[in-house]
Amino acid sequence: MNRTENAVLADARAWFRLERKGRLLRFVAGGVWVVSEAARLDRELSGLASGGSPEVEIDGSGIERLDSAGAWLLVRTKRALEQGGARVTSLSLPDRYAPLIASIEQEHVAQPVVIAKRHGFVPVLERVGRGTVGAGRQGYRMLGYLGRFMIEWFEALVQPRGNLRFAALLHQVEEVGINALPIVGLLQFLIGIVIAYQAANQLRRFNAEVLTIDGVAFGVLRELGVLITAIIVAGRSGSAFTAEIGTMRVNEEIDALETIGINTFDVLVLPRVLGLLIALPLLTFYSDVMAMIGGAVMCYFDLGITVPAFMRHLQHAISINTFLVGLIKAPVFAVVIGLVGCFEGLQVERNAASVGKLTTRSVVESVFLVIVLDAGFSILFSILNI
Amino acid sequence: MTMATADREVVIKVRGLVNRLGGNLIHDDIDLDVYRGEVLGVVGGSGSGKSVLLRTIVGLNRPRAGTVEVFGEDPVPHRERPENSVQMRWGVLFQEGALFSSQTVAENIQVPLREYTNMSQALMNEIAAMKLSMVGLPADAARKFPSELSGGMKKRAGLARALAADPEIVFLDEPTAGLDPISASQFDALLRDLQKSLNLTVFMVTHDLDTLRATADRIAVLVNRKIKIGTIDEIRRDPDPWIQEYFSGTRGRAALDS
Repeated sequence: MNRTENAVLADARAWFRLERKGRLLRFVAGGVWVVSEAARLDRELSGLASGGSPEVEIDGSGIERLDSAGAWLLVRTKRALEQGGARVTSLSLPDRYAPLIASIEQEHVAQPVVIAKRHGFVPVLERVGRGTVGAGRQGYRMLGYLGRFMIEWFEALVQPRGNLRFAALLHQVEEVGINALPIVGLLQFLIGIVIAYQAANQLRRFNAEVLTIDGVAFGVLRELGVLITAIIVAGRSGSAFTAEIGTMRVNEEIDALETIGINTFDVLVLPRVLGLLIALPLLTFYSDVMAMIGGAVMCYFDLGITVPAFMRHLQHAISINTFLVGLIKAPVFAVVIGLVGCFEGLQVERNAASVGKLTTRSVVESVFLVIVLDAGFSILFSILNI
Repeated sequence: MTMATADREVVIKVRGLVNRLGGNLIHDDIDLDVYRGEVLGVVGGSGSGKSVLLRTIVGLNRPRAGTVEVFGEDPVPHRERPENSVQMRWGVLFQEGALFSSQTVAENIQVPLREYTNMSQALMNEIAAMKLSMVGLPADAARKFPSELSGGMKKRAGLARALAADPEIVFLDEPTAGLDPISASQFDALLRDLQKSLNLTVFMVTHDLDTLRATADRIAVLVNRKIKIGTIDEIRRDPDPWIQEYFSGTRGRAALDS
């Protein structure tokens, strides 16, 4: 479209006027009746009434351009006049627009689309109700999924019939464990430094700097080593599980697996959960080591405790149980993260938005469950006096 | 196909099928028999439940009521002896191909073989190459990932996977939708050839009247939650307005009378 045409378009506006001739009302329209003019026309046309004239003639022969929005406004005006008791005797338009008007008049008899209100008391009540029912269903499905997992798991252990996919399992161990080494290592090293720094600052006031080592060791080995690792893995791998499986759902790949007769649990869920079960304890051990290195570095620079001295003190300060108490949580966290990630992936519906939504939910749920379980472990250990 | 239907083997048997989706009744008491070696075309308006019917027969959707038997069995996999499952005896082509996106085309084709046979990798590679050329894909497509293929190529690769383990029934969900007319008619010819030489039973959901005319022995029309089955000429005589419009509209006449 060149400049002059643009200028013409900018000038041309839609207009209409009413002419009264005795019993006859003439509705004369002209200009460009297009979507960009529709908002103004809509306002101007809204108060229109036949004013008691029994006959109406619509003369649109002056219309230069008409699109479906403009045509709808004409048709709507006509219908409004007819409802007001007038008889519309003719509707004239340039010939080329006759099919457009005809198709709108014939096809479009539906009521305007009503978009439901989203605010106010009733919609809130409705959302609460939907949410409650949804949560109930989610719980029901989760229970079913857990039951199926138990059965498949038991079968895979008791009578393996090739349902363990070793290639997939190794791939998962690599993806979940080995590929997570850099990020987990770095973060745990920093955590070690942070804890040592805080502990040293507090303990210096009591001239008990050397107990910093105990603080780092207990904090990391019992709690933070496994907890931080589990949270990283939930964000890294739990989300990946949901997104991978969810995308397969959207792409009908899971349906394809089922019609081929492949057990989706065997190929999708078991390798992932088992892979995590192998990788997370190993990652936890690795992150314990990295955090202790971080603590040792801080002790050397901040408190002047040499590494051999650090090691010597460490040996007296902790027993193997301190380490095991932390490590024993890892398999539990692994199963929870894996199950939640795969479960949410299988819940994905056949649209892309659902993948994103459920991936978020998967991470939130698994981090929540990991922390709740960790608190549960703390209570259990304190009762058991470990 | 004028063979008397009474003495032919029924491979898919649907009785009293009722399906509901989101509160809407989709199928209301549907009966359907598919005979060995025939091509059944399933047509119907948008939302009439063609795909739902296919998904119900292959066991992806549990019906509200009614039974589905494929080779006289409930279409769920055998847990104990998967090699006896009906899943081994059918192949399904989904609308978008549904190729496994983490695997190459060749690996995709080998999935059913790996699942049900003890073939050597070399033999599976040979078979994958053969299936690829059967569906008209170039040999270098074997190493490509699904994301590197066009829509039409994905469909062909999906068909190659559906045919990989030499199934007795093939389910096709809109096999020619989105293909250009040349590819679509090649597909029709391919389907007809394969069907004749392998005596395949084909259950095909389609909108394509050309494909119906070229390949279908019988047609099942889903209309008003019921099903009407017959040869194309029988169905065309049905007075139902949707059927009349479908077969006697300008597109319908052009495709059927040419």
